[in-house]
Amino acid sequence: MLRKLHGLPGLLATLFFLVLTTSGAVLSIVPSLERSAAIIPAAGELSVAQLAERVLTNFPTTEQITRTASGEIIVYHNGDNQPSAVLVNPIQGTYLAPYQPSTWARWVKNLHRSFLLGDSGRALAGISAVLMVLICLSGITLLVQRLGGWSALLRPIAGSGSQRVHAELARFTVVALLISALTGSYMSSVHFGILPDAANNEPSFPEQVSGGTPVPVGTLTALQNVDSLQLKELVFPYLNDVKDFYSLTTTQGAGYIDQASGELLQFTPSSGNKQLQHWITVLHTGKGLWWFGLLLGFASLGVPALCMTGIKIWWQRRSNTLKPTVSAKSEQADTIILVGSEGNSTWGFAQNLQQQLVQAGKTVHCAAMNELASDYPKATTLFILTSTYGDGGAPSNANKFLAQLDLFNPKPQLHYAVLGFGDQQFPKFCQFGLDVDQALSQKGLQRILPITRINRCSATEFRHWGEDISKHLNIALTLNHNPAPAATTTFQLIDRIDYGVAVNAPTSILRFKPVQSSKKLWHTLRLKKRQPVPSFAPGDLFGITPPQGHSPRLYSLASSSNDGVLEICVRKQPQGLCSNFLHNLHIGDQIDGFIQHNPSFRPARGTQPIILVGAGAGIGPLAGFIRQNVAHNPMYLYWGGRNPESDFLYEPELNNYLKDERLCALNTAFSRATEKAYVQDAIQADAQDLRQLIAKGAQVLVCGSRDMANGVSQVFDNIVQPLHLSVAHLKAQGRYLEDVY
Amino acid sequence: MMNKIFFALGLTGALTLSVHAQAQPINFTTQLNNYGGDGAYVALYLTDVNGKYQKTLWISGKKSKYYKHLRDWARGSGLKAAEYDGISGASITSGETFTHTLEVDDAFIDAGYQLRIDTAVEDMRENRAEIIVPLTRSGAGQVVSGRGYVRSFTYDLK
Repeated sequence: MLRKLHGLPGLLATLFFLVLTTSGAVLSIVPSLERSAAIIPAAGELSVAQLAERVLTNFPTTEQITRTASGEIIVYHNGDNQPSAVLVNPIQGTYLAPYQPSTWARWVKNLHRSFLLGDSGRALAGISAVLMVLICLSGITLLVQRLGGWSALLRPIAGSGSQRVHAELARFTVVALLISALTGSYMSSVHFGILPDAANNEPSFPEQVSGGTPVPVGTLTALQNVDSLQLKELVFPYLNDVKDFYSLTTTQGAGYIDQASGELLQFTPSSGNKQLQHWITVLHTGKGLWWFGLLLGFASLGVPALCMTGIKIWWQRRSNTLKPTVSAKSEQADTIILVGSEGNSTWGFAQNLQQQLVQAGKTVHCAAMNELASDYPKATTLFILTSTYGDGGAPSNANKFLAQLDLFNPKPQLHYAVLGFGDQQFPKFCQFGLDVDQALSQKGLQRILPITRINRCSATEFRHWGEDISKHLNIALTLNHNPAPAATTTFQLIDRIDYGVAVNAPTSILRFKPVQSSKKLWHTLRLKKRQPVPSFAPGDLFGITPPQGHSPRLYSLASSSNDGVLEICVRKQPQGLCSNFLHNLHIGDQIDGFIQHNPSFRPARGTQPIILVGAGAGIGPLAGFIRQNVAHNPMYLYWGGRNPESDFLYEPELNNYLKDERLCALNTAFSRATEKAYVQDAIQADAQDLRQLIAKGAQVLVCGSRDMANGVSQVFDNIVQPLHLSVAHLKAQGRYLEDVY
Repeated sequence: MMNKIFFALGLTGALTLSVHAQAQPINFTTQLNNYGGDGAYVALYLTDVNGKYQKTLWISGKKSKYYKHLRDWARGSGLKAAEYDGISGASITSGETFTHTLEVDDAFIDAGYQLRIDTAVEDMRENRAEIIVPLTRSGAGQVVSGRGYVRSFTYDLK
């Protein structure tokens, strides 16, 4: 509901917002320009009487003196019988420049307040401002919900893509946008008479004046008592008309001055409403508060980007909305799939699972988690696929699930498996999935297998989970849902170095170059960046969908886009479709792939020691980190291979890095050499030194197979125990990172 | 739209003519300069020979809160709504020519009364009595120009 309130007005008014904010940004410069040209006397330096006297000396036919909010003094006079308007130096009363309101500023102002459409345009602009207020307020609420509390607004925001850009921009601009929108709405309401207009409260003209001989303006007490900084407007009486009078408007109020007695007549102080209106105008236009105007103008430039990312998020969510295919009745189904989804992406995975289960002969019922029935009489298997919303909360279509669970009376034969979707960067990764898994277990249900957590909609992890399920249920499942088929770029193989054939572990370092000519029509049509190659860094992932393959395989990158080449390290798996495809490539062959950023696997910035651990092809990103270490931060590499003669990957490069001190120490272990050892053994041998490094704040990065990573984690647990630490502790602090496959 | 209003006004004028035999329809034609600003507020009114306010003929500009900037007229009329109710129209844009026909009492013609025009534009200067011409049968058809935004002003007795 709240999201609709946020998105719908945004979609409707995007065009108007674009015009309003860009024109607003242009207008925001005007007060600064005016202020920089204005000469402003110190407070108390110049009274209105002195100002008027000096102006009159230079412009004897002066009719009116106006002080703009930015401090410019405009004099209207009739020099040479020609009406003219000039800007003057207030201190000397001398001519500065002709006063000619800028035509373009007027045009932009009219574009801003009425889309150049008169009063109907003004109404449109006013409505847009009110919509903007709604969007700001609903946006703040959504952001606070998503981040888990007000204090989280100040911390770094996790996530990726449009969502993150939208959130980042929003939190930096929302206060300014809210001020602009609120003040704009107010001004529009006043214009249309919805709120009272203070300008209607003007003093009435004096009935009676003394009619005596006019005295020089400089001697008028009422003008001597007003500082020139408070002046808004002083209108002079007609020459030779003794019945006429001065009209004075100041920031304090308005009144008239007898030109003979100097007495202030009919003075009416500004009402509270008028003061309010004045400040609202100042806040909206920045006139008289130039720096604030610039601030608001700068913030309003964020709106076009907010609109674009907002529309993109909406579109992604929309295209993720899939109606479940033929779903069996809950009483008849033997397999139940319940989905908890906020952004709808989980439905795609659920549908793929459903299709595969139906193909395997199952009768499947698929529904939102909130639609939990009190019983599924024929069901033996329950799958829960759910994301987590905000700070460990339930997605909107699952928010009643835990409460409904009390009324749930499952048959004892019902077994379940929970699959959580989330982003590892969030502290409460898949928290709602964990809660549901726990709750079902407490309900007495048996797990098919422990909860699995899928990071960032990873197609690979989903496929692996499917394989596990296949084994446990003894059915054939080939899950191949790839939520976002990323835009691919063409790469050409330019170099390959082959290792490990002799030890039955063929591993190759493959170097690709982006094919620059791929400025395809497709890209142009989709308004993609001109430059077809996205930027990447070591540790990011390179996705390739092999021919006849369904979902892409991801390989850790060993190079950065600044290197000009894309480098991966690939071990040929006996049955691996993709690794065989890559190993069969010849120099000059072309492949299509995409970059998936992986900011969660990067060495920390700073000068603390970095301990790199890997085995086999896992050395790829680690070698990349070392190559980039031109700042010579202390880096230590522990790596395990099979035989130094055959699969010592990156041997020449690593030796060079040792020489130029990009790498402090290289520790290797070989499992098929004379002294058989694994990387865990090499780490264990250095336990003392490593403990000291970690005590000093070192970070550990592990890349390789899951088995190796588990072994390494156990060794480190023992190493850091004397420090009253554990790998879990270090992980929570972001000091123990894993990239495993 | 505006022409229709004027037409309608002219029509009511013609109807009243039959009742008050001493009223005279007069055509007023006002052209503004290309002063390059927003719509102008214009007051057309009658004064005696000393400039003392007598009667408002026409006000252009819908927002009465800006009427105080038509200063001489404002002072004379005391900004009383009764003085301008039913005889105000939209503001006149830069460069526009507009014509309208109004009923003026015979007593004002050839009797020493003057037609005056005050003008004002947002963020630009105000002009008090930028046009002052006597209302006479012989003055009809003579073109005068103002000191401010009025390029030309003329009236014709029918």
